[in-house]
Amino acid sequence: MSSGVLRKLAGLLVLALVITYPLIPGLNDKIESMLGKKIGDSFPTIFIYGILALALNVVVGYTGLLHLGIAAFFGIGAFTTGILTVGQYPFQFGFLPVLVVSTMAAALLGGILCVPTLRLRGDYLALVTLGFGLITVTALRNLQEITGGMQTLNPIPPPKIPEILRCPLESLGLTMSWTEDYRLFYYLTLGYLLLVFVFLRNLEHSRLGRAWVALREDELAATCMGLNAARLKLLAFTLAAGLAGMAGSLYATKMTNTTEPTRFDFQLSCTILSCLILGGLGNRTGVLLGVFLVAGYDFLFAPAADAWLQRNDMNPNDKGYLKFSMWNLMIFGLALVLMMRFRSSGLLPKRRGTTTGKGA
Amino acid sequence: MTGLTGLVFASADTQFFINICITGLTTGFLYALIALGYTMVYGIVELINFAHGDLFMLGCFFALTLGGAVMALTGSPMATIALMLLATPVFCAFLNMLVDLTVYKALRTAPKLAPLVSAIGVSFVFMNIGLFWGGSQDVNFPGLIEERNLLAEDSGLQFTTTDLLVILVTAPVMIGLTIFVKSTSLGKAMRATAQNPVAAQLMGINVNRVIAATFLIGGALAGIASVIYGLKIKTIGYQMGFQNGLYAFTAAVLGGIGNIPGAVLGAIVIGMVYSLASAYIDARWATAMVFVILITILVFRPTGLLGARTREKV
Repeated sequence: MSSGVLRKLAGLLVLALVITYPLIPGLNDKIESMLGKKIGDSFPTIFIYGILALALNVVVGYTGLLHLGIAAFFGIGAFTTGILTVGQYPFQFGFLPVLVVSTMAAALLGGILCVPTLRLRGDYLALVTLGFGLITVTALRNLQEITGGMQTLNPIPPPKIPEILRCPLESLGLTMSWTEDYRLFYYLTLGYLLLVFVFLRNLEHSRLGRAWVALREDELAATCMGLNAARLKLLAFTLAAGLAGMAGSLYATKMTNTTEPTRFDFQLSCTILSCLILGGLGNRTGVLLGVFLVAGYDFLFAPAADAWLQRNDMNPNDKGYLKFSMWNLMIFGLALVLMMRFRSSGLLPKRRGTTTGKGA
Repeated sequence: MTGLTGLVFASADTQFFINICITGLTTGFLYALIALGYTMVYGIVELINFAHGDLFMLGCFFALTLGGAVMALTGSPMATIALMLLATPVFCAFLNMLVDLTVYKALRTAPKLAPLVSAIGVSFVFMNIGLFWGGSQDVNFPGLIEERNLLAEDSGLQFTTTDLLVILVTAPVMIGLTIFVKSTSLGKAMRATAQNPVAAQLMGINVNRVIAATFLIGGALAGIASVIYGLKIKTIGYQMGFQNGLYAFTAAVLGGIGNIPGAVLGAIVIGMVYSLASAYIDARWATAMVFVILITILVFRPTGLLGARTREKV
């Protein structure tokens, strides 16, 4: 019981820290000048990756099916957003409708992908998702007339801030420019991350969430209890795809363009999967910790450390092996291998037997 | 239109088609070597060895480094090729076995996700090694064999010296492998382990040794493929492992994973599809075509082309 309270307290503390961090005057500037790198801009991306990881967690963590193509849905979300907003198309919807449509589009494709895969066993399922991911990237790159290909779709306008929010935001010291003040995207993405987090927490405790876990633990037993395995898998895939599409929509909005289709390749799917494995499959908090470690290394630590080395003339010839960012594959790879060997349930393993969440 | 000294064909279209088929066939043979490594390992330990493609990539860099050194010393292309063909498989075989011993062996009884994720991890590590070995840009592999058309010029057909090299090296290797698995005692032990590891162990087979041998052989085949690939395609890069590995794995699945003739057949089909799609549809869509086929096969015939017929899974 006490460990549960401690966990909750720690969680709230981290949440409070994350919310107040940009509001403490000068803190981010100080850290940035210390590191010699703009880091405020990286936080929204980390939060978006958090949503993506939580989406993948629905399939891999809850139902135990290996999904290697989540990045494809992320990309579909991003490009749907691009098509619905940029000037060369007649749509130019606002932020929220775009977010909804992108989510729906990705969810629909996720459902369609799922239909033929329902019969497949573990490894083959993983392969189909992988193949689907590669086909999607190829399609996004090749259908230049629609997606802009490697030229990307841009510019994607930032969301309009409703008048009611203007005043409170300004009183917090935020400027109303999306490009100049990183904090607008910071809070936008953080808000959606929390929304998804809470939604999934409730879902986990619902009938559907418990059914997924039952399916993961023993498919035969679960179906004997009257659960419809095919329908459950379909729902998990669709939901994961939809959330990933939403993350993609946010990502495109944050980046102000769709970014190159190759960004949504297998590598990204693998990175997100590593976050799950590292943090703890099936545990939302663990997943977010994993994202923070992996993306934190990628976006914050490695560039900052490289900049530090550069400034102190410790890497005068710009040697590759003296750059932290060149080692990230090695570090993720070793982390995955060691994790599987010594702590296969992740840094924050999910608590078993308390799926109702109230615990004993 | 054409002379009569060579083979005469009705139209340029047919010549083009046959040329494409030759390219597809040699590509297929190349993939077959890699696919065999996947299929043998899967047959025995049911692991999709994601690192296999990157092992192949490291083999290419090893061959490149070794080839450069030997070429500088001896100046003889033939000696260089011979040495590369000898040393690279040994390097890849031992690297593959080493990975099995240090990483996968401890996870034999773990849930299936564990070795699979480890394999992805190993693949990342290999890629990072490749990045430092060869740099982030593609590098050129020395053209040690003079590219020359072996068929008469006026036949309009292309069958080059490197195509011949691919066939000359891969065909005997595959025949040798089939004989090895069919008739040696280790081959028999492999087939037994693939069918049922516990029963095999009860019959006195040292299963761990069999698995190590499988990784050795799979690695050696990848090593041979590396040299051939370098000599034939002539450009290598640290990211090549993933894509080629995936094609090869698709081939293995297509043929029925765990099935040796199936892997070869699957690889030839993949090679053909790839070059026909590149030629007749659009080169940019060729990769997608390969995976559309993969998904279609998995959905309608998950056991692959030859999977159901033979029960042996080596």
